[in-house]
Amino acid sequence: MLLIRCPYCEEDRPELEFRHAGEAHLVRPSNMDAMSDAEFERFLFIRQNPKGVVFERWRHVHGCARFFNAARDTITDKFVTTYKAGEPKPTLEGAEE
Amino acid sequence: MAEPIGTLRRPALSDKRAARDTVSIKAADPCLRVALRAPRESVAAVSTALGVALPSRPKMSGSDGARSALWLGPDEWLVLDQAGNEMLPALAKVDAFHSAVDVSHRNVGIIVSGRGAADVINAGCPQDLSLTAFHVGACSRTLLGKIEIVLWRIAEDEFRIECWRSFADYADSLLRVAARDVSSS
Amino acid sequence: MSAPYRIAGKGRLTPARAVRFTFDGKHYAGLEGDTLASALLANGVHLVGRSFKYHRPRGFLSAGAEEPNALVGVHRDAARKTPNVRATVQELYDGLEAVSQNRWPSLALDVGAINDLASPLFSAGFYYKTFMWPKAAWKRFYEPNIRAAAGLGVAPDQADPDHYAARYAHCDVLIVGGGVAGLTAALAAAETGARIMLVDEQAEPAGALRYESGTRIDGQDGWDWAQAAVQTLRGMDNVHLLTRTTAFGYYTQNMVALSERVTEHLAEPQQDLPRERLWQVRAKRVILATGAIERHMVFANNDRPGIMLASAGRSYLNHHGVAVGRRVGIYTANDSAYHAAVDLKQAGVDVPAIVDLRDNPQGPGVDAARALGIPIHAGRAVVGVAGRQRVTAMNVQAKGGGAVNPIPVDALLTSAGWTPSVHLFSQSRGKVAYDDAGKRFLPGVGAQDCVSIGACNGTDDLDDLLSEAIKAGREAAKAAGIATGRAGPKLKATSSESWSGGMIGAGPGADADSKGKAFVDFQNDVTAKDIRQAVREGMQSIEHVKRFTTNGMATDQGKTSNLHGLAIAAEMLGKAVPAVGLTTFRAPYTPVTFGALANYSRGDQFDPTRRTAIHPWAEAKGAVFEDVGQWKRARYFPRAGEDMFAAVNRECRTVREAAGLFDASTLGKIEVVGPDAASFMELLYTNPWQKLEPGRCRYGIMLREDGFIYDDGVVGRLAPDRSHVTTTTGGAARVLNHMEDYLQTEFPHLKVYLTSVSEQWAVIAVQGPKSREIIAPLVEGIDLSDAAMPHMSVREGKICGVPTRLFRMSFTGERGFEVNVPADYGQAVWEALWAEAEKHGACAYGTEAMHVLRAEKGYIIVGQDTDGTATASDVGLDWAVGKKKADFVGKRGMARPDLVAAGRKQLVGLRSPDGKTVLEEGAHLVADPNQKVPMTMIGHVTSSYWSENCGHPIALAMVVDGHNRMGEKLFVPMPNGTIEVEVTGTVFFDETGERLHG
Repeated sequence: MLLIRCPYCEEDRPELEFRHAGEAHLVRPSNMDAMSDAEFERFLFIRQNPKGVVFERWRHVHGCARFFNAARDTITDKFVTTYKAGEPKPTLEGAEE
Repeated sequence: MAEPIGTLRRPALSDKRAARDTVSIKAADPCLRVALRAPRESVAAVSTALGVALPSRPKMSGSDGARSALWLGPDEWLVLDQAGNEMLPALAKVDAFHSAVDVSHRNVGIIVSGRGAADVINAGCPQDLSLTAFHVGACSRTLLGKIEIVLWRIAEDEFRIECWRSFADYADSLLRVAARDVSSS
Repeated sequence: MSAPYRIAGKGRLTPARAVRFTFDGKHYAGLEGDTLASALLANGVHLVGRSFKYHRPRGFLSAGAEEPNALVGVHRDAARKTPNVRATVQELYDGLEAVSQNRWPSLALDVGAINDLASPLFSAGFYYKTFMWPKAAWKRFYEPNIRAAAGLGVAPDQADPDHYAARYAHCDVLIVGGGVAGLTAALAAAETGARIMLVDEQAEPAGALRYESGTRIDGQDGWDWAQAAVQTLRGMDNVHLLTRTTAFGYYTQNMVALSERVTEHLAEPQQDLPRERLWQVRAKRVILATGAIERHMVFANNDRPGIMLASAGRSYLNHHGVAVGRRVGIYTANDSAYHAAVDLKQAGVDVPAIVDLRDNPQGPGVDAARALGIPIHAGRAVVGVAGRQRVTAMNVQAKGGGAVNPIPVDALLTSAGWTPSVHLFSQSRGKVAYDDAGKRFLPGVGAQDCVSIGACNGTDDLDDLLSEAIKAGREAAKAAGIATGRAGPKLKATSSESWSGGMIGAGPGADADSKGKAFVDFQNDVTAKDIRQAVREGMQSIEHVKRFTTNGMATDQGKTSNLHGLAIAAEMLGKAVPAVGLTTFRAPYTPVTFGALANYSRGDQFDPTRRTAIHPWAEAKGAVFEDVGQWKRARYFPRAGEDMFAAVNRECRTVREAAGLFDASTLGKIEVVGPDAASFMELLYTNPWQKLEPGRCRYGIMLREDGFIYDDGVVGRLAPDRSHVTTTTGGAARVLNHMEDYLQTEFPHLKVYLTSVSEQWAVIAVQGPKSREIIAPLVEGIDLSDAAMPHMSVREGKICGVPTRLFRMSFTGERGFEVNVPADYGQAVWEALWAEAEKHGACAYGTEAMHVLRAEKGYIIVGQDTDGTATASDVGLDWAVGKKKADFVGKRGMARPDLVAAGRKQLVGLRSPDGKTVLEEGAHLVADPNQKVPMTMIGHVTSSYWSENCGHPIALAMVVDGHNRMGEKLFVPMPNGTIEVEVTGTVFFDETGERLHG
């Protein structure tokens, strides 16, 4: 069971309290009506899923209930860092842009 | 909300007292509860109206007499009034943006006390409940087995568990089987 | 003392404390503190089981957790029958009943032993090659027979009557293993004040000090020092010492799982005690002091009862006071076996020879053996033995060949050296490194915050080990954030024990051209020959050799066999050992019971059972309940003589003729509060909300971003900045999560907060033409007239003196109300309403009638009539989509090409022309019943009921292009014939909707 640092609770908490919520830093476009079908498909369905550091959303659903972002290494399964929703994507070694 | 005819009320958990020397599990008395949400800029006004300073740090609670505010998230508190004094009228007068919702009947309180209290809760709660990690007054939303709870340490050997009404039987029975283990060892 | 092999004055057990037990029905006596193995050995019993594949007679190999052979059944009563218990681990208790396994008709005469003679048939890979034809025979014939002949013990056939416990725990330093290294590290770490957990699998920690005779620490005998250290640690508040506890799994971020055997050693366990306790420990630092496991020598017939590990023979002697034989031979490639010879000889046991594969063994053990006059045959090997159910002689030959000299023995102790127990280190994802000199794998680069010390780290010298342990204990505490002030403990130790030497692989007489069975893996009956064959047949990697031969794949996970197997494969491949690789160790280190893993998750604690506030009333009225997720919901309320069909028909009729009361408390409810509440609702639902006036309600549809229906419900606007949103019962949690997700991450600028009030309110639906008359006498402060409170409105007031949110709404098509009251008042208000309802001939109705009534009106149930691929348009809810809105979740998704294309499945009604046949839900629809199989299916039935109010069956279905098929005939092919149906609209009753208002 992983320990996950909740950036709002400022504490490492057991994975059981959290729920994964998909890729991070996807912004819902404000002009969706103007998007072509191909653009909308890219936004809705296409995800990166790289080997190595991924940026993903988690929710401390059974804790403070906040959504937040995390960088996690899919090889070691270790969290590199976690940060609050809305904060910029950190620059990390080994992470794809 | 004013208490109407007392006999009408049927709490989810009747008071089944556990007679074990190391740990006692009992239903807390009914109390008033408000699920409170407020952004940082409203906290001062809301605190004044409540008469309790809303804690701003994670896992902290603040109390004034029978009224307590438990930090659940950066803009979320569970406020309990165990003397039955209404909170919503005063909060209704606060102009600053906030949300106050009566959840007095949504939750059930369970008091777990005795020197085995932390061990009993750790049968289903994955958090570190040592006094250094979960000091007296600390509170947190977390898990107890398969349900979500709010855990509040009211004394070194005394915790209050708040869970939703329909989960109270599960919480109570899990705590009791765990108490059986903790008391026997 | 009756036990013939117990030596007076030897060992640490008290002769006065006798314990009775049986093995295969025969009565024996043992002593308190015995294991089942030591007690049987004290009685001269070596033959205790038959092997897995060849049914060869087997005895004890070890004195510990690594035991591959001595697996027995332990029976407490009819329900408590535990198979595959290692006799070397099972502590004796008064009245213990053990039985041997895998034999018929008896242990001494076993028919299955024919497999041993037929063994050429059963070589490695045999199963893969042999039972191929005919295909069907595998399931019906081969597999059942193979399983009956091979195999381990018999699983109990009754429910487990025991209970199991679980606990999460946290500590600064977790120390696994209570041998000299673990105890020393614990003492060093504990004196810093750090929170320590020390776990040991034995009842009394001591590790190798249990059998060593030559170690003195702080002026005490090793064992005595260990027990004193245990007492010291037990007396410290910051130390949690767990005995009879195995750390079986090392998971991510220092989460270590422990299984504590609480009552397995007790004759009459106290009722409240759990049988086992599962611990999930999160440690800041972990110290692994798991020791080393002795390897056996690989030679022909090395599995005969009486052939054991040298350390085991020593353990039985020095701890239990039991001689494993009267004339004990030694075969070794390692110094430590000499100490076994010396201890036995000094205890008065005849040791006719020590056979050492090494040419010139030297050291204190050798000197001591020589001084006692024990003949040492250096540069020689044991190439075979005599005896079948018990070894009677060892056949000694020079390494290079020559005459074979049989030496009579009744037990033979062997040692090929020591394998460090790197299991947990490997589980922690640490990388092991090969130590060529020591012929062993040692912990290399770690992956977690842990350190290995002592024998599991290859540290053999006692002084080195003590300083390593002290350093590890202090550093772990420091790394966990504890100040380490003082200098740490100082221990003075002397030891005459020696561990050097050792060999891996097959010994002489077990080489490629030998015929005898030289066992590598006893539990899976894998021989040296099998491993060579695997390589000959093309297996290159140890992972393949393992799977082909099953070496190391039994429940002992190859604790004694892995290295031998690897060395034999490496030799065949002509590669160095590390180049062939080591298989990965996986949890659990030793078998763990399902009971411990399930612990509380059984009975009431298996899953929460949720009951509404009104449940007790329904139960008292004899309601039949159904499970809806975790909820128990009243399905129908049968009266005397009624079956479900009759009860539901009556309930449906009564609701439309008079009225009915329905417990709708399980609906999800969310309070949406804030100045931007309406704006938020605009974005999350398809409907327009801004203009909905306070006091009014609206049916809303929620989509996912992909445009498909996610949930639906009625929303009441209580105030400009406050709405009461309802969701489906099953959708309550995920809908709130979905809303929070958008609010927190996409629309954080909106001033609105969401609060779940699902359980704050008990909900009583009062539906039917008499509904207003029923509630009116109890409601205060709300004008219930149609003018003041029309359909789809909400008011706050009081009912029965308690606060209510009163909705005028309907899921039946009748005039209806939903009375929300704080949950603790739910039952009392229901009872008051029931008293009024009875005056009007109304009934209580359950979920089944609710389903029929809503289907009569064509109201959908999300998740029943929709399946996650239905659009609002598909189910005829276009009208609820605010097409002029600039944005809402799912708006763009709805416009995707596939979602607007022609030929989608659409919701329609179906009528059976015969007026009788109720279709099966899920049944498929075809256009042409005479087409060839497989037919083209154009839809399926989503809801289907007998409608008492319509007088005919009704059904809803999703049908390709359904909206354009009104009046068409379709067909439902069923096993008993094809049913013709007619496509209709979805509203079967009161098509104009007058009854809602009247």
